[in-house]
Amino acid sequence: MQLSREALLGAYRQMKVIREFEERLHTEIQTGEIAGFTHLYCGQEAVAVGVCEHLDTSDKIVSTHRGHGHCLAKGCDLDGMMKEIWGSREGLCKGKGGSMHIADVDQGMLGANGIVGGGAPIAVGAALAAKLDGAGKVSIAFSGDGACNQGTTFEAMNMAVVTQAPCIFVFENNHYSEHTGVDYAVGTQKDIASRAEAFGMKVWRADGTDFFAVHDTMREVLDYVRAGNGPAAVEFDTERFFGHFEGDPQRYRGPGEIDRLRATRDCLSKFRDSVTAAKLLDGADLDAVDAEVMNAIEAAVTAARAAERPTADDVLADVYIAY
Amino acid sequence: MAKMMYRDAVVTTIAEEMERDANVVVLGEDVVGGMGTAGGPEAIGGIWSTSTGLFGKFGKDRVIDTPISESAIVGAANGLALAGKRPVAELMFADFIGVSLDQLWNQMGKFRYMFGGKTKCPAVIRMAYGAGYNAAAQHSQAVHQILTGMPGLKVVMPSTPADVKGLLRQAIRDDDPVIFLEHKALYGMTGEVPDDPDFTIPFGHARLARAGEDVTIVSSGLLLGFCEQAADRLAADGIGCDVIDLRTASPLDEEAILDSVEVTGRLVVVDEAPPRCGLAADICSLVANKAFASLKAPPQAVTPPHTPVPFARELESAYLPSVDKIEAAVRKLMAWR
Repeated sequence: MQLSREALLGAYRQMKVIREFEERLHTEIQTGEIAGFTHLYCGQEAVAVGVCEHLDTSDKIVSTHRGHGHCLAKGCDLDGMMKEIWGSREGLCKGKGGSMHIADVDQGMLGANGIVGGGAPIAVGAALAAKLDGAGKVSIAFSGDGACNQGTTFEAMNMAVVTQAPCIFVFENNHYSEHTGVDYAVGTQKDIASRAEAFGMKVWRADGTDFFAVHDTMREVLDYVRAGNGPAAVEFDTERFFGHFEGDPQRYRGPGEIDRLRATRDCLSKFRDSVTAAKLLDGADLDAVDAEVMNAIEAAVTAARAAERPTADDVLADVYIAY
Repeated sequence: MAKMMYRDAVVTTIAEEMERDANVVVLGEDVVGGMGTAGGPEAIGGIWSTSTGLFGKFGKDRVIDTPISESAIVGAANGLALAGKRPVAELMFADFIGVSLDQLWNQMGKFRYMFGGKTKCPAVIRMAYGAGYNAAAQHSQAVHQILTGMPGLKVVMPSTPADVKGLLRQAIRDDDPVIFLEHKALYGMTGEVPDDPDFTIPFGHARLARAGEDVTIVSSGLLLGFCEQAADRLAADGIGCDVIDLRTASPLDEEAILDSVEVTGRLVVVDEAPPRCGLAADICSLVANKAFASLKAPPQAVTPPHTPVPFARELESAYLPSVDKIEAAVRKLMAWR
């Protein structure tokens, strides 16, 4: 833990933005104002932020349908994100993508993805592009424990090894693929990293609820990949506080499971406890960030509500030909 | 003008574009050929010889030999394109689209739209399609009807070496994903090719291969040549055919079709895809909707039957539309009422 005060505050702020963005979505979805499927990232913030804090806009990431956290951590505009989820034509994708398909290539964010396992091959392509450019840039494929069972992920891992693409497969194991437990669905009954290892990659494992573990591990992984050693994989053990999608009654959870996870495995509380115990920041510093973030979220929701709606004419925009 | 084979038009166009633009990269199964073998790189330069010599000229970072992983190939093309490159990926046989469908259908064709028009995906996916090689049901299909049905994909089907040059160059320079369908029975076809290194053919512009006033015949790919032969026979009997080579199944040159039918009043669409929900049915419907008053007879579709492609020579010949069948369809229309 050698981060400056500014870096610590920045990391905390980013995690808090994701947390409050999602908690607010969870509330707003009940009002019916937000249409469609929304998959919340809440609980996994330390992974997105611990990974993306090391990247700049020319490093690429490819995300999942639980992508809000990755987007925000990679620098996508908060208001633009909120407006997109609201379906506004002022949204980051003009209301065409919605929660599952947000992208901002200018930020190196090559898209959330509505297809489980759809992202990993795309990340390999972006890594091959980085290799061609030869500037030590990387591409990151975020995948969940569900996507680790898709053949596309296997194909992508093998191709990355064969082509020595600077691709990092970040597996976020939150123990549930939709409504099915990892102990059932991952046949190795062990971990995901060992699969990546079998493809010939160097792998790392860390506690995904511990920001500092994620951050420090990623520094090692990135040093290794940026040095031209080919692809790598890392598995973060993390937790998902909400259901697979918003509206999921989560009948597959054990009694008191979510309360217990929130009490013991919350990456934000752990960050708070750790930095205050080490006297790097005090409670007042963090409370000030909290207040600032709450205001920013409130402003984003207000802006999203007031933002311009798309019209029927917009349906035909951005296709090469309208039949 | 130089004389050149259809397959050479493919590889020379790619090489010229790679020379011109460092962002153009090639990837696919066996595009180098011989990687990891005793024979070594370029022991074989692609199974269709459509990438021969590229590896030696441009090196392993721009000519990427991949494992047999169609999803990863198209997916990597997507990632390369989103990251600013111009990938030209080869799927070898068009039949293999099924293995990579998500990347073609849910990813590639949708990025620009889903991401609010702020993203380009300048990827070309080349594949060899079609019957005529006795390669049977899993290596002979015409797949353009499936791909044309996916909004966001441009679908190109050249029928001559010159069109390969102009359309492939256009495809590589295009900012949208393009599916470039090369008919495997045309690879050995020779024809004149313009020398201009910037010769391109815009998409959605059909070519009039024969001119006539009695019947409009619409086709593309291998069958275009069959239509021309039928038109030549019919001309001997004084029946004039407008033979329209679509060049692109999507975008479709509706205007060329409608303008012709308004003169001829008769339409025959000749297509290699199965009859149901295909390009032939689509064009018949277009004409019925937009040129009904001009029609002197019902539009005719000449397609294979709704079966998988058979293996035996006799069966495959019976399966494919033939010059005889095209001629018969035209005569049927001429005899209407």
